[in-house]
Amino acid sequence: MAKRAEQTRDRRWLSAYAADPGRYDELLATDGKVRPHWEPLVSRLLAEGADTTRRSVELARRLVVENGVTYNVYADPQGRDRPWALDPLPLLLSGSEWRQIEAGVLQRASLLNSVLADLYGPQELIADGSIPPELVFGHPNYLWPCRGTRPRDGTWLHLYAVDLARGPDGRWWVLGDRTQAPSGPGYALENRQIVSRVYPEVAKDLGVRAIGGFFAGLRASLLANSESADVALAVVLTPGPFNETYFEHAYLARHLGLPLVEGNDLTVRGDTVYLKTLAGLRRVHAILRRLDDDYCDPVELRADSALGVPGLLGVVRAGRVVLANALGSGVIESAALLGFLPGVAERMLGEKLALPSVATWWCGEQPALDYVVEHLDSLVIKGAFPNQRFEPVFAGDLSATEREVLAQRLRARPYAYVAQERVQFSQAPSWRGGSASLGARSVGMRAYAIATPQGYKVMPGGMARIASDAAVDVVSSQRGGGSKDIWVLSGNAQNDEDQDEQPLAVLTVPRDELPSSLVENLFWLGRYAERCEDKTRLLRATFAVRPDPGIWKPALASCRSLGLLDEVKEPSESLFDAEQALGLAADLGRLAWAATRSRSRLSAEHWRSLNVLQRQFHEADAARTDPRETLDRLLLGIAAFAGFTLDDMTQDDGWRLLMLGRQLERIQFLSSLLAQRLAGGRRLLRGELDWLLDVGGSTITYRTRYMAAPRLTPTVQLLVFDESNPRALAFHWRGVQRTLSKLSVSLGGGGEDVLVDALRVLFAADLLPLDQTNAAGTRARANFAEALVNLNFEAGRLCDRLSMRHFSHTGMDVRTVAA
Amino acid sequence: MSDTPYRYRVRHLTRYVYGGEVVHSHQVLRLSPRAMPHQTTVSHEVVVTPQPAFRVDGQDAFGNPVTRLQIDLPHDSLSVDSHMDVTVYARPARDAADSLPWNQVAEQLVYAPHALDAEDLEARRYRSESPYVRVKQEFSRYAASCFTPGRPVLAAAEALMHKIFADFTYAPGVTQIATPLLEVLRGRRGVCQDYAHVMIACLRSQGLAARYVSGYLRTLPREGEPRSDLVGADASHAWVAVYAPPFGWVALDPTNDLRVGRDHVTIAWGRDFGDVSPLRGVILGGGEHELSVNVSVQPLLHKA
Repeated sequence: MAKRAEQTRDRRWLSAYAADPGRYDELLATDGKVRPHWEPLVSRLLAEGADTTRRSVELARRLVVENGVTYNVYADPQGRDRPWALDPLPLLLSGSEWRQIEAGVLQRASLLNSVLADLYGPQELIADGSIPPELVFGHPNYLWPCRGTRPRDGTWLHLYAVDLARGPDGRWWVLGDRTQAPSGPGYALENRQIVSRVYPEVAKDLGVRAIGGFFAGLRASLLANSESADVALAVVLTPGPFNETYFEHAYLARHLGLPLVEGNDLTVRGDTVYLKTLAGLRRVHAILRRLDDDYCDPVELRADSALGVPGLLGVVRAGRVVLANALGSGVIESAALLGFLPGVAERMLGEKLALPSVATWWCGEQPALDYVVEHLDSLVIKGAFPNQRFEPVFAGDLSATEREVLAQRLRARPYAYVAQERVQFSQAPSWRGGSASLGARSVGMRAYAIATPQGYKVMPGGMARIASDAAVDVVSSQRGGGSKDIWVLSGNAQNDEDQDEQPLAVLTVPRDELPSSLVENLFWLGRYAERCEDKTRLLRATFAVRPDPGIWKPALASCRSLGLLDEVKEPSESLFDAEQALGLAADLGRLAWAATRSRSRLSAEHWRSLNVLQRQFHEADAARTDPRETLDRLLLGIAAFAGFTLDDMTQDDGWRLLMLGRQLERIQFLSSLLAQRLAGGRRLLRGELDWLLDVGGSTITYRTRYMAAPRLTPTVQLLVFDESNPRALAFHWRGVQRTLSKLSVSLGGGGEDVLVDALRVLFAADLLPLDQTNAAGTRARANFAEALVNLNFEAGRLCDRLSMRHFSHTGMDVRTVAA
Repeated sequence: MSDTPYRYRVRHLTRYVYGGEVVHSHQVLRLSPRAMPHQTTVSHEVVVTPQPAFRVDGQDAFGNPVTRLQIDLPHDSLSVDSHMDVTVYARPARDAADSLPWNQVAEQLVYAPHALDAEDLEARRYRSESPYVRVKQEFSRYAASCFTPGRPVLAAAEALMHKIFADFTYAPGVTQIATPLLEVLRGRRGVCQDYAHVMIACLRSQGLAARYVSGYLRTLPREGEPRSDLVGADASHAWVAVYAPPFGWVALDPTNDLRVGRDHVTIAWGRDFGDVSPLRGVILGGGEHELSVNVSVQPLLHKA
């Protein structure tokens, strides 16, 4: 009886969810009952109630946004930071079903690895007719200069991904292989971490297999063959923040404990590749690349690539570095190959393919072309080669004329096209946006395998991708839609199968390899953080004196002459204007940029604090909030961000450069502001002194110390010379000296002393006459202003010296030449 | 008499003068003569100034000799001075009429699920599009009149060579290596590189295999012979080889409208210019640079 009642409830709860007779349903069996492996999760969710579910969905959404998980779609007018959707309801797969998928993925990974070894070696598969030469020699990612190279451990594919979908018959089918630089494993990990927070305990109680061991395995696999594992260095090579999956690169790098580098962080000397670090050149033994292979070496591959590492292929040829994946591995991603793989498997392994691929016809064979042209309606047409830029077409959706045009295209260059059967993807339950009701979405999954010294291993999970709406069955992040975590159920809560997995932190030994470019970005992060704070204080103090025209006028003039506000526009509007080159809005953008480039070093909270302050500022802009209120809030946000700098970051040389950036920025800001106010010996009104103290963040200190209306001499004393005032110039130049002395690499050439002369002049100034109204007072103020200008100039020079010594000279031209 | 081997002394001097200091330089050199049945190397040397810190000699994926080097001391000029003495033998006479019909060859080069012999496999490496030679319908239309059904492949290829030679004007400075090939075809002007690329695109558009060959051409007339008017002799030269069974590869020079013989010294071949550029590199720093290239090909009296 009780059982029956529960099932009735079940029905009601699931009433919005309908199976589609044309598709396999992940949740419901054909009799309409919940499949047994979903049962425990479903009853949990039932017990939760709708409010809790709503909160879960909202929590997942917020975590995604705050972590800044982005899937950047190129040419998206929304810019680089579009949140990417995560449905917190996982896709469940039973242990027995998973074992079949796993076996199929393993077989495929090692088969494709052997195919690559053959195509870049003896080419027997071409000679014996197993693979059409057109698909290899006509493929832009068949990299001729790589022919004859042999990866040092014989592994071409270190990281392999395969896209799968389940057909109406319940079988999983291969849609395509990802062998170039498979994206997504970092997203899978991020998904798992978010979903584990949304449903704490559930994953453990259900016996969901952990995926952390997969990443530890990837890291170990990269360095497995280095001759000296204890000092071996692996890096993650990214094309940079403009790449659509840059977030994932940074995320993976941080999780793997490997430096995230761009091409110009690496340099080839002789037959070795090195990382340029703050401490000098460090040999690199392995590179996990997220840069397409043809961009990796402008000397021998694409000459127009500014992203690569000149000479890298020479290092590969000498067997002195492991590339994951090997250069040239993109060639087997062509869908045209799918139809030939069963024969290749027989030929190479003497086995049948465990995972079938979707029926695929390469039009380069006459009978295939004839069939395809005849059955266009039921087929998806794709390009065989990525440089065709041919978007997949569902020929059934075309008009008769369009179909004829397509058929002509196929006949003109048949070898360049592939046709695939149109598969009805299975559907899985998904939370409808914002509500707690279930909807059905077609779903596909990407599974991952890594090479280990013991053979390939498959991630027990992966990334499921769901279509953006119920009727759509093309599942691609590029076209919108979202993702899900995949829970593979081990069948018991103890997770015996994953016992060999150690938490990665144990394996990750923190090291001191700071790429020069990262150090440079940290320096700028420090500068922009301080610059934003200084400008916020200046603007806040200025808007505060608006009611007093006598003070407002010179204060506004200061903001304008420093470029913070437009000369003519209404100040409260100009405040939000990102077009104002030296304005606060633009600097907040630069701060975000510097943070993005240093992201691998920022904790999740640190990063989130930046996102929060950016969002608040933009919301204030949209809502036209009162400037003072906006700036008050912003200042709190910036202070929080700065707090994480002190509390959350490892205090190594990278951090020291960040602090130097802050300190030098502060010195330059204060000295230029004071110099500008005192230039030519100008006298300051009393209200201006109040304003100045406010800008300098020293109002309270002044009051407690002097208990009198401000005068110039003590103000200067406090803002410039008082080493115990954390906002004074003196405090910061002491900081600069201390930081420089702690840097493990010296500037050389007495660089540390560069500020000393400028400071000596400043210290020699006679402060007493500053308040005088006579000519001596004017002279004293003018001289002091000049000493400040000089200090500002010298601080700028010190910045230049730092960049000469420590940065990667990314500004230096790298060019390809041919004669 | 017409079969006497010729010996040449070739000097190919490349010199860069940089506006600023080059801090680090990677260079790939394809300047060594390729060993072939009808060409032997008597001596060869490449002198690089300044002295490279690192140098590896090897073979590229197309079988061409290649030298890779790095210079890691600051320098403001680079000179690569290549000298060689080479003997070139006459190639066997081929009657174009004896080659297989071109459409039969094209058919033979289309994929079928059976084994290939080594020669056919090699031909397929040069049949697809390559970075500088995109195969477009305009090329196949341009070449169509030469490719009448059943015509022997070598006869058709030579007809195409005559057509290109007749239609095109040799005009240095009009095109660059980056000029799209379709633009070259429409403009009908260019240098040996363009003639070769256009001809290769036409051949591949018919389903045939064609190689891009780089090398040198005799500059000065042989003693007792009238001054030659061969074009493209003062720099490195380029021509085409077409797969023409049963003869195998036959080299044709569309810039001079002749079959390649003892006037040509072969350095390297590949799918197009990109595979065989004589000197290719990446430098760090250097600013603007000036480049000068001098080639001289001097016939020697030596009778091999």
